[in-house]
Amino acid sequence: MDDFRARGVAIAAISVDSSAESRKLSQDRGYSFIFLSDPQAQTIRRYGVLHPGAGEHGRDIARPAEFLVDAKGLIRWVNLTDDIRVRARPEVVLEEIDYLQLPPK
Amino acid sequence: MRRSWNGLAWLGFAVALAAAASYIPIFVRFASTRDVPWVNLLLFLAAGWMLAVSLKRAYGEPERYGGKVSSAVLSILALAIFGIFCWGNFVFARRVPVASEAPQAGQQAPDFTLVSAGGEPVSLASLLKSNRAVLLIFYRGYW
Repeated sequence: MDDFRARGVAIAAISVDSSAESRKLSQDRGYSFIFLSDPQAQTIRRYGVLHPGAGEHGRDIARPAEFLVDAKGLIRWVNLTDDIRVRARPEVVLEEIDYLQLPPK
Repeated sequence: MRRSWNGLAWLGFAVALAAAASYIPIFVRFASTRDVPWVNLLLFLAAGWMLAVSLKRAYGEPERYGGKVSSAVLSILALAIFGIFCWGNFVFARRVPVASEAPQAGQQAPDFTLVSAGGEPVSLASLLKSNRAVLLIFYRGYW
């Protein structure tokens, strides 16, 4: 995570989990992301990453996806995994960030 | 001659159980053992070998070993556990919707304001003001 901070890139993790649930997850695993709560999956829908009925008790949740957004709000890189177990490796994302040569803040 | 207990069948079954049960609590945490669950598959292989030997003993050397019923039942159960593990990893995990509506590279990222773990509202616009870039990670949620 320090590699991201060093590059001036913030990480926001979004799911339908409540703020309380995210707090617990962030404490258990020691993540330093910004956890954002989208309980009605509205932002999840706007980003086209809804997985209807896939959550506990048939709840609508997000399918895994990553979007890299530059300072102008433009999406520069998208990863839509086709396997819920496989996420983009941090090294891959960092390489992409370096490759894009984003202007400094 | 007293027949030996076919303990290998029980050990094989226990290893199969451990192979399945260890994936989520342990191996999911590391990308190298999660994406391809090779440790678990190796454990299943070991379990399979033990059960095969136990079956061979029970049926091939019935004077020396007992456990005809237990080795058969445990083998079937272990096979079922293996089947469920494979289904979960190679079928269920891939049931992901197509996301054809997702914005693509080159498009504007839709703005949003969501509540953080600390309870404050955070907008994408505010994150973009103070950072070179933002990585949005959408995830299923904590089980």
